[in-house]
Amino acid sequence: MSDRSIIIATHDAGPSAAASTAPGAAKPPIRPRRRAWPTFNWRGLVAVVMFFLAWQLAVTFKAPGFHEIPGPITVVQTLVSDFLFTRSYWESWLISFKRVLLGFLFAQLLGVPLGLVLGSSRRFNRIVFPVFEMMRPIPPLAWVPLSILFWPTNEASIIFITFIGAFFIITINVYDGVRSIKQEHLWLAHSLGASQLTIFRRIVIPAVIPSIAVGMTLGIAVTWNVVIAAEMIASDSGLGRLTWEGYVSSTPPVVFVGMVSIGIAGALSTLLVDVIERRMMPWKRKR
Amino acid sequence: MRDMLDLNSAAAAGKPAAAGKVSIRNVSKIYDPEGARVVALDNFSVDFAPGDFLAIVGPSGCGKSTLLNILAGFDTLTSGEVYLDDKLLASVDRPLAPGPDRVVVFQQGALFPWKTVLDNVTYGLMKQGRTPRAEAEARGIEMLKASGGLDRIAKSFPSQLSSGMQRRVEIIRALINDPKVLLLDEPFRAMDTVNKVTMHRHLLDIFRISQKTIMFITHDLEEALFLADRVIVMTTRPGTVKLDIKVDLPRPRTREMMASDAYIALKERTVMAVREEAQKAFERGEKEMA
Repeated sequence: MSDRSIIIATHDAGPSAAASTAPGAAKPPIRPRRRAWPTFNWRGLVAVVMFFLAWQLAVTFKAPGFHEIPGPITVVQTLVSDFLFTRSYWESWLISFKRVLLGFLFAQLLGVPLGLVLGSSRRFNRIVFPVFEMMRPIPPLAWVPLSILFWPTNEASIIFITFIGAFFIITINVYDGVRSIKQEHLWLAHSLGASQLTIFRRIVIPAVIPSIAVGMTLGIAVTWNVVIAAEMIASDSGLGRLTWEGYVSSTPPVVFVGMVSIGIAGALSTLLVDVIERRMMPWKRKR
Repeated sequence: MRDMLDLNSAAAAGKPAAAGKVSIRNVSKIYDPEGARVVALDNFSVDFAPGDFLAIVGPSGCGKSTLLNILAGFDTLTSGEVYLDDKLLASVDRPLAPGPDRVVVFQQGALFPWKTVLDNVTYGLMKQGRTPRAEAEARGIEMLKASGGLDRIAKSFPSQLSSGMQRRVEIIRALINDPKVLLLDEPFRAMDTVNKVTMHRHLLDIFRISQKTIMFITHDLEEALFLADRVIVMTTRPGTVKLDIKVDLPRPRTREMMASDAYIALKERTVMAVREEAQKAFERGEKEMA
């Protein structure tokens, strides 16, 4: 009998008069409200403080391996006194960022279209994919010597290596995105009268955007990895070089200044990419 | 129901209702004819008149979705013909031709997630290039409003809706093109009973008002008997007609009818046939696993 009352309650225009006398009954179910902000993670804060404390203590009491390592206080002192207000420090930032962004941008510009075509043209895939798969397992840093030989300037070769780092990841993600498009979407677009070109532009591309976003997230992380190593090996500028010089010139605090800077730079780029991704997918906004 | 009365005028805009005669003649479908030779459909024939509500019931893998895909123009056939209003729609050597005259509503739902409800609904009108945006949107809003005030969610994205709402929007997206036949591929499969009951009411309202020919595919016999004028029970693969039953329950259908003697008699006649085929499919499935 409860079955009957459900019909009246949920069908918003049932034949029974009961429907109109109980308007409140047809409301959608109440969702549990989510907290707008996570509660403050005080355990996390304590752990971070403990980390720095332990580091400082290990240095102060010369724990094994810590003989030449500076403590956090020294690092901050060095950062403030020797770097934060110098032009060359910020130039290192700028130049590394420039390399990352250029490499990343070229990787997007070439990787996204290539992934789209690899996913949608069988013939093209048959020809190009084996070559692609042959090159993909080669780590970006293995490209360093070749890159230096090939490109006329050091700058170009570093940007190229950065590009390599992101390119394969972006392409393979987009390719995978095209292959996992719902068949129903393509069918329906066809049924509703969309042309092949429209289907590509209006169905395939939006459907692939989430995969492009994944490629961006992974790609930006790899570009920072690669650019730092490439700078250490083959460049005389940038944050990677700054870190390496700290080591070569036996000034360990500088090594830490470099590491911290790279960490912050990487985090900033990830943040930037997140913002862009959210813009790309307005349909995934929060309820 | 009163708020749905506009649905027809909104959809058809004065078109004659007497269209939607479907004739499926001796259709066979063999997948991989040179290799594994999986016979999905074997000499399947059925005719349905304009305005018929036809339900096709069968165990999973019996070829009922293949049949619908052939009708929709998504899949080729190996032999036979399909006619719509006496016009050849599909045969062996005709290229695939999906069209807005027979739009499908899928079981998993296939609203475009990157488009708002309104943009989904108007997509067909816009793509066929006949309707300017403003007019398409006005008609979309009108249709949404007519089916239970859905115009209030016109600007929402599909991910923000319940699955029941999504399916209702999908049916409207099909209906706005004034199709000759509405193809429903287990659209309520993933829903719980309460939602299903609601959706059945909505669908029956739409059927009554729009007078469209509907082909409804399901594995749920009770659903089929409750909704349709005619129920075809399919055999398990290779799929052919096992039973063709006329459901002469009066319309409008109510849930109480499911307790009536007529309904129970119908169910008794069909349920054994369905179970037999399900059992066969199950046993074959086990063999394939071994």
